[in-house]
Amino acid sequence: MALSQLASSSPSRSVNLLKPLLSAISLHRPISTDTTPITVETSVPFTAHQCEAPSRTVQTNAQELLNFFRDMAVMRRMEIAADSLYKAKLIRGFCHLYDGQEAVAVGMEAALTKKDCIITSYRDHCTFVGRDGTLLEVFAELMGRQAGCSKGKGGSMHFYKKDSNFYGGHGIVGAQVPLGCGLAFAQKYCKDEAVTFALYGDGAANQGQLFEALNISALWNLPAILVCENNHYGMGTAEWRAAKSPAYYKRGDYAPGLKVDGMDALAVKQACAFAKEHALKNGPIILEMDTYRYHGHSMSDPGSTYRTRDEITGVRQERDPIERIRKLILLHDLATEKELKDIEKEVRKEVDDAIAQAKENPVPEPSKLFSDVYAKGLGVESFGADRKEVRATLA
Amino acid sequence: MLGIARQKMLEQSSKMIRPVVSVLRSYSSAAKQMTVRAALNSALDEEMSADSKVFLMGEEVGEYQGAYKITKGLLDKYGPERVLDTPITEAGFTGIAVGAAYYGLKPVVEFMTFNFSMQAIDHIINSAAKSNYMSAGQISVPIVFRGPNGAAAGVGAQHSQCYAAWYAACPGLKVLTPYNSEDARGLLKAAIRDPDPVVFLENELLYGESFPISDEVLDSSFCLPIGKAKIERKGKHVTIVAYSKMVGYSLQAAEILEKDGIDAEVINLRSIRPLDRSTINNSVRKTNRLVTVEEAFPQHGVGAEICACVLEESFAYLDAPVERIAGADVPMPYAANLERMAVPQVEDIVRAAKRACYRSLQTFSNTGVKLNTVGRCWHQVNNKWEEIVRNFVTLLIQAL
Repeated sequence: MALSQLASSSPSRSVNLLKPLLSAISLHRPISTDTTPITVETSVPFTAHQCEAPSRTVQTNAQELLNFFRDMAVMRRMEIAADSLYKAKLIRGFCHLYDGQEAVAVGMEAALTKKDCIITSYRDHCTFVGRDGTLLEVFAELMGRQAGCSKGKGGSMHFYKKDSNFYGGHGIVGAQVPLGCGLAFAQKYCKDEAVTFALYGDGAANQGQLFEALNISALWNLPAILVCENNHYGMGTAEWRAAKSPAYYKRGDYAPGLKVDGMDALAVKQACAFAKEHALKNGPIILEMDTYRYHGHSMSDPGSTYRTRDEITGVRQERDPIERIRKLILLHDLATEKELKDIEKEVRKEVDDAIAQAKENPVPEPSKLFSDVYAKGLGVESFGADRKEVRATLA
Repeated sequence: MLGIARQKMLEQSSKMIRPVVSVLRSYSSAAKQMTVRAALNSALDEEMSADSKVFLMGEEVGEYQGAYKITKGLLDKYGPERVLDTPITEAGFTGIAVGAAYYGLKPVVEFMTFNFSMQAIDHIINSAAKSNYMSAGQISVPIVFRGPNGAAAGVGAQHSQCYAAWYAACPGLKVLTPYNSEDARGLLKAAIRDPDPVVFLENELLYGESFPISDEVLDSSFCLPIGKAKIERKGKHVTIVAYSKMVGYSLQAAEILEKDGIDAEVINLRSIRPLDRSTINNSVRKTNRLVTVEEAFPQHGVGAEICACVLEESFAYLDAPVERIAGADVPMPYAANLERMAVPQVEDIVRAAKRACYRSLQTFSNTGVKLNTVGRCWHQVNNKWEEIVRNFVTLLIQAL
C-alpha cells in the first residue's frame, strides 16, 4: 500500500516524498477513520441577511471527507441507475432526480443528528439515503415492490423513514414547508432541543403557504430552518421568470437568511450547523443553497429546452460536488486516485446488487390495496372498483 | 309492488291508538340539560386534561375565548402553549398542525367556519388523509379539524356551504356530524382519541340549543363509537335519515307525520364517514321506504350515497322510490324569504315522507313550482275527505 502511494505519479505526490516518513506512515491507517482535524476554506464566502455570516473556514477530517465522497458517489450512481430503470419502464409515473445536488444532502447530514427532522419535496431519493435509507428500500419502492420504504404504496415521491425523523417525500409543491414548521412546533412543544430542516425548491419559494408558515414560526419562535435548494429552474421556468426577487435568502424579510454554495458540501455543513444553533435560540432562518440539477425536472423533461447543454456541462466541469471533494481528498493526501476509483467501483456494485435484489422482490399482495387507509380501521367496509365483486374490511 | 294492499294496511294500523311512549326521545330520562356549546367545551377540556399531547389551534380560540365561545376558558386553564391563536392563514396553520401530528402530537384545529377550510383543503386531503396509506403505516395523523359547518342565518353564499359530502368522499378521513349534546361530547372525545384525521362538522345554530343529558354522558370517560348511527326515533312506516340540524327537523316532521298515522323511524347518522350502511339498510328493510335529509347541495351529496347504497343492498325491500330532501341547488341567497326556500323545512320532510308512503300526489308542473300565494300550504290531495276539508278551511283562514 505504502509503496504504491509513494510511487504514484500525480504532482502532489512528489511533494509528499519530501515529507517526513511519519506522515507517510499515518496514511497507511485505514483511511476512513482518521479524525485529525483538517481546515478548509469554502469556495465562496457566505452572504448574510439580517444576521452575521459564519466563517468560511470549516473544520473537517479525513473520515468525514471520505464519507462525503462515498455517500455522494452512492447518491450519484443511484440516480443514474434510476434513470436507466425509468427508461426500461421498471419505474413508472414521476421520477425526479437529484444528481448534481448531492452536496446539500450530505453536508446537511454532517451537521445534524437523527433527532433533527428533515422534510422535503418529491426530489427525495438522496435525502432519504442521507437519513439512513437503504438502496434496496429505494429501488424496491421505485419499482413498486414490497421491500420498498413505503412497501410499494408510495412511489418515488413518497419516501418516508420516521425512525430517522425523515418525514417525506411530498408531491404538492410547497406543502412540505408548513408541515416542516409543524414538526419544529412539535419539537419545541416536546422540549426535544432539536430542529427541523424543511427543504423546498426555487419553484416553491413563491408559495403563499411558505410565508404563512414562516410568519407563524417567527411569531412562535419555532426551531425551523427553511432550506431553499435553488437549482435555478422551477420545472422549465428559470428563477428570474418566476420570482420578482430571486434572492431567496432575503425573502424571509424579518427572518435571517444565508446564501450558501450548495455544490460545496463543507459550506453546506457549516451553514446548517450555524442555522441549527440559530434556530434553537432565535427561531426560523432561511438557507439558500445555490445548487444545480443535471437532469431535467423529472424523467419526462429532457432538461435542455430551457437551458443550454453548455450550461449543464459547464457546471459539471466547474462545480461538480463530487469532483470538489475528490480534489480536496487528493490535495490532502487522504487517499489515492486509485483508491477513490475503487470506492466508486464498489459503490457501483452495491447499487447494481441492490437493483438486482429489488427486481427479485415481489409486488405487494392484492389485499394490501386496502391496508393502512386508516391507522384504526374500526372494521369499516371498503370497496374495489366493482363493489359487488371486491369488498374488504379495514382492520 | 303490493302498494295498494300495503296502503290499506297502513291506514288500518294508523287508526290504532299510539302509545305515549312513541314520542320518547331515546336519550335517557335524565333531568340535566346541557347546551351543545357546553358539551363541546367540556369535551375539549377533558381531553386536554387527560392527554398532554392534545393542543388547540385556530383563529380567536384563545384570548377571544373562541369566535363562538366553544373554547371558552381553555386558554386560562391550559396556557398559551396549548391554546394557540393563529393569524388568519388557514393554509399555513393547518399545514403546521398536520406537521405537528406527523411528529405525534394531537392537534385540534378550529376553522372559524368550514367555508375557510377550503383554503387549507390540500393539507386536509393530501397531507393528512393520505399520509398513512402512502407511507404504509409509518406516518399516522391523529388530528381533528373542527368548526361550524353548513348554513347559519343570513350569512350569505360564501359562509353557508356544507362540506360533509366533499370530505366524506375521501378515503383516509373520518367525518363526524354531531346533532345534540350527547353527540357533541361523545363524538368529539372519540375524534380526539382517534389516531386518524377526523373532520368534525358542528352547526352554529345548534350551539345554543339545550338537550337533556345523563350522568353517563357527563362522565369524563364517555365516548361514542365512530361509524355508528343512532336511531333517534323508532318507527315502522318510513325511514328518515338525517345528520346535524336536520335530525331535529326530522324529529319534528315525525311528530307531524304521526298525527297522520305515519310512524317514521328517524336515524341520526352521527358519522358520515364511515357511513353506517347496516343501520340504514336494516331500517329500510323494516320500513320499505326511505327519505334522506340534508342541508347541503343536492348533487353528489350524502343523500345520493345513501340512496345508492340502499338501492344496491336492499332493492327488493323498497316499496317506493327513494326520496331526497336537500338544500336548494343554488348558492345561498341573503333575503330571508329566499334563504328559507334554500334550506329544507319541516314540511318538506313531511311531504317527502308522505310521497314515499303514497299519501300524496305530486302537483308541480314541469315548468315551475306551484305555490299557494297565501303562504306555505302546499296543495295536497289524498283520498280522505277529512284531509281535503281541513286544507280548504286552512286556505280560507289564511286568505282572510
